Amino acid sequence: MGLWRMIEAVGLTKRYGAKTAVYNLSFQVRPGAVTGFLGPNGSGKSTTMRMMLGLDRPTAGHVTIGGHAFRSLPNAPRQVGALLDAKAVHGGRSARNHLLCLAQLAGIPAARVDEVLGVVGLQDVAKKRSNGFSLGMGQRLGIAAALLGDPQVLLFDEPVNGLDPEGILWVRNLMKQLASEGRTVFVSSHLMSEMALTADHLIVIGRGQLLSDMSIKDFISANSADFARVRIPADRPEQREKLTASLTEAGGGVMPEPDGALRVTGLPLPRISDLAHASDVRLWELSPHQASLEEAYMRMTQGAVDYRSTADAKAGLQPPPPGYGPHPGYGDPAQQPRLPAEVPQQGWYAPPPPGQNPYAAAPVAPAPAAPAPVPPAAPAPAAPAAVPADPTARQTSEDPR
Amino acid sequence: MTTPATPPPLPQAPRAPHQHPPQGWEGGGPGLYASPIPVRTPGLGDAIASEWTKIRSVRSTMWTLGVMVVLLLGVGLLAAFAVSKSDAEMDGTPVLSLGFFGVLLGSICVITLGVLTIASEYGTGMIRTTLTACPSRARMLIAKSVVFFLLSFTITTVTTGVVGVLQTAMLDGGTPSADDWLRSTVGVGLYVAMLGLLSLALGALIRHSAGAITIMIAVVLLPLVLAMFMFSQSLARVQQALFEYSIPNQLGALYDASMTTSGPSGWEPLWVILGVTAVAMAGAFVSLDRRDV
Repeated sequence: MGLWRMIEAVGLTKRYGAKTAVYNLSFQVRPGAVTGFLGPNGSGKSTTMRMMLGLDRPTAGHVTIGGHAFRSLPNAPRQVGALLDAKAVHGGRSARNHLLCLAQLAGIPAARVDEVLGVVGLQDVAKKRSNGFSLGMGQRLGIAAALLGDPQVLLFDEPVNGLDPEGILWVRNLMKQLASEGRTVFVSSHLMSEMALTADHLIVIGRGQLLSDMSIKDFISANSADFARVRIPADRPEQREKLTASLTEAGGGVMPEPDGALRVTGLPLPRISDLAHASDVRLWELSPHQASLEEAYMRMTQGAVDYRSTADAKAGLQPPPPGYGPHPGYGDPAQQPRLPAEVPQQGWYAPPPPGQNPYAAAPVAPAPAAPAPVPPAAPAPAAPAAVPADPTARQTSEDPR
Repeated sequence: MTTPATPPPLPQAPRAPHQHPPQGWEGGGPGLYASPIPVRTPGLGDAIASEWTKIRSVRSTMWTLGVMVVLLLGVGLLAAFAVSKSDAEMDGTPVLSLGFFGVLLGSICVITLGVLTIASEYGTGMIRTTLTACPSRARMLIAKSVVFFLLSFTITTVTTGVVGVLQTAMLDGGTPSADDWLRSTVGVGLYVAMLGLLSLALGALIRHSAGAITIMIAVVLLPLVLAMFMFSQSLARVQQALFEYSIPNQLGALYDASMTTSGPSGWEPLWVILGVTAVAMAGAFVSLDRRDV
C-alpha cells in the first residue's frame, strides 16, 4: 500500500445514539515519524483509536492500516501493537502471564515476553499480580503488550499518564526511537507540552472533528503569536504612556502585563528599541518571546472543549487575588490602574505569558469593570468561535492549512 | 501449552532496539520496519494455548472448581453415609443417584466460572487487549469454549466417578449397570460442562459478571419454584412442562432419579441442553461480531 499512508482514515464518523463522538474525520499517518493525536478530553481520540483497531464500528467512513481494515489484516498482532488503556488487564493475572497469553494468541515465541518485560523494566515484578501495580507500572505493562509483536504500526493512547518524570523521558525516547526505525507511531495525548517534545506531526481534533493536520513547525508558526516584552522603570508612569502611544502609532499592539511590563506585538525588536530611543524612554527589558505549543493548542481548541471547569469564585468571601485579567485588548491603558500597584515579583525573569490560557486566566479575574468575563473572548485570531457551548457555531473551515 | 521457566534466548529475537535493515512490509517500499522475529500466522491452536494460560492464571478458576469438587465429594459422601447409618432400605433407588445433590450445587460453581471466563474480560477491559491481539471473534470464542468445556468436563467427570465408586463401596444396593455408570459420570460431566458453556454464551451476551450469574441461577432454579406455585388446573400442562424440563429434573434423569415419570429420560437431557447451548452460542457470536467492544 501507499508508503506514506500507513494509517488512513476517510470520512470517519461515529455516533452513539444522539451523541456524535467523531464526525467526518479524514487523515493519514505516515511511517518513520511520531504523529501526535491531540484533543481535549472527550474529543473523540480514544473512539478514533478503537475504530482503528476494529473494536468499534464506524457509523460512516472507514479507517485502514496498511491498506486493510484491522479486522481483515493478515496476522494483525504482528503488524499493529496498541496500548489503549493501562487498566485493560485482568488484575488477578501476573504481568508475565498476561503477556504470555497475548504472545500465545499471536503466535509469538514466549522468549519475547521476557524480552519486552526487560524493555519496559518490569522484570522484577513479572510474577506479581497486576492489580497491585501503580498507574505507571500499568502503563509500562500496556506498552510491553504493544511492543510484544514487534509491529510496524504502534498506537498509544495517553502513554505517559501516571508515569514519573523518568518514565515520561523514557516513553518520549522510546517513541522517537521506534519512529526512527521506520515504524508508524501514533500517540494520543491531551498534553501539548509533551507532544511538542515527542511528535513530528500533529493531528488535532476537537469535538470529534479535525482542527489541524500539519507538522509541529507549521503548527506553531500558524497558531502562535510572537511578542516582545518591554519593561521600563516602574516609577515613571508618564514614560510608560509615552512609549505606549508611540508604539501604537507605529502600528504595534501593546498590552499591559500585570507586573508592569508591556507586551508588544507586530513590531520587530530593533524597531521597538528605536521608538523607545526616539521617545527618550529608558528600557529595562526588551526580550523576544515565542508562543509555546501549549498556547497555540489552547487557542485552537478553546472553542471545542466539552468539559470546562468554572471558577470557584468564593464570591464576596475574599478580596480578588492579583491575577491576570482577560485579554485587556490592545492599547487599553485605562485598564492598567485597576491592577494592584505592587504585584509580587517572582524575580526579574519574565513570568509566563498572561491571558493566553483561558482556564487559568479567566477565572481569577474578578475585574469589576471588565466588560466580558467570558474566557475565550475575541482577541485570539484563530479562535474558532466565541461561543464554546454551541457545537454548531464552530467552523472547521478555520483549519489553518 | 506451558513454557519453560527460563526460556532459552532465541537467536532470532534480539533485544528491542532492533537495528535490522528494513526489508519492506507486506512487499511495501523501503524505509519501513521489518521485525526480525519470525512471523507465523497464528491459528486456533495458538488461541487455545492462550486461553489455557488465561484460565489457569486467575484465582477464580481454582476457587470455583475447588469449591465444586468439595461440594461434590462432601455432599455425595454425606448422603451415602447418612443412608448407610439409617435403617432405611434403598428400595430400588439407584445408589449412584445419591450424587445428584452435590452435582446440583456444584453446577452453580461451573456456571460462575463459565460466566467469568468471558464476562471478566469485559469487566476489566481485557477484552479490548484480547481482540487487538486476535481480531477474529470466532477464534476467540471457540478457543474459550473449548478450553472451558474440556476443563469443566474433565473435573466433573472425574469427581463424579470418584464419588460414585465411594458410594457403591459404602452401600450394598444393587450393582449399577455400565450404562448407569456412564450416564452418572460422563453424562453428568457433559451436562454440567454444557450448562457452563451456556453460561459462557450468556456472559458474552450480557457482558456483566453479576448479571449473567444471577440470570443463570434463575434459569436453574426458577422453573421449579414457579411450577410449585401453579395450582390452577388451567396451568397444569405448563406446570408439568416446567417440572419436566427444569434443569434439576433433567440432571436427575441422567441418574434415573427424576421427579416426574414423563419427560426426558436416559441420555435425552443432553440433547436438550445441547440445542439450547448451540442457540445461545450462535447469539453470542453474532453479538461479539456486531457490537462495539
